[in-house]
Amino acid sequence: MSMLSIFNVSGSAASAQSQRLNVVASNLANADTVAGPDGHAYKARQVTFQTELMGQTANDPTAAGVRVSTVSEDQTPGRRVHDPKHPSADADGYVTYSNVNAVEEMVNMISASRSYQNNLEVMNTAKTLLLKTIQLGQG
Amino acid sequence: MPNRITDALDFQGQALQLRSERQRLIASNIANADTPGYVARDMDFAKTLRAATDALPLAGALAATNARHIGSGAAALSGGRIGSELLYATPAQTNLDRNTVDMDRERASFADNAIKYEATLRFINGNVRTSLSAITGQ
Repeated sequence: MSMLSIFNVSGSAASAQSQRLNVVASNLANADTVAGPDGHAYKARQVTFQTELMGQTANDPTAAGVRVSTVSEDQTPGRRVHDPKHPSADADGYVTYSNVNAVEEMVNMISASRSYQNNLEVMNTAKTLLLKTIQLGQG
Repeated sequence: MPNRITDALDFQGQALQLRSERQRLIASNIANADTPGYVARDMDFAKTLRAATDALPLAGALAATNARHIGSGAAALSGGRIGSELLYATPAQTNLDRNTVDMDRERASFADNAIKYEATLRFINGNVRTSLSAITGQ
């Protein structure tokens, strides 16, 4: 039953995409956070995907799942705004915000949710086909 | 004699096995649509099916009982495994992360393959029904 491993493949992809969606959510939630007393603001995070072979044999390329290999932090400096009245302003009167780009994150979110849907549909089709295979020969 | 009845099913069985392998292959491509550096794979279905069923004996083939008889093909089944004959998809548009999955094409191939899988299932069901009505004779 080689089609049963479609659930592993698409399931791993859905799980990786949901992790990506999680990271996007935490980035968007922290889009307006400012640097604390240590001077370090929140840094935007991003996941990196990697292919993971899932066949019965070691180098079977027909069952290629996905996993999140690393979660990296964006090292560009955060937005600095001159606002001496702000409670978190530094000695020069500047407030450092996080380096999250809200537009980029929204695009990332749409892409992740579309890919997630695609994998769910693949699993649904595989399920339908397998159920029909079970009834094979019954008329 | 009993294997004469099932011989007709063997071809469809091989086709079904290959269809499910291809379905898994396309599912892998869709799963890796966002993986950097992933190269989409596909198979030449007609060629793979021919390679898998060449070894099948033809229905009504003669048995070679003498060494000087002309053989009618080895009866060994290859099991429909695929591997080295996998091809690489040609990218329609270049991508910055060297990923060659074309989602439109993969979705189309997936739907196409699902329908053909169902068609093969129906062929097998029809075969079984025909054999059954021949057995019962009613």
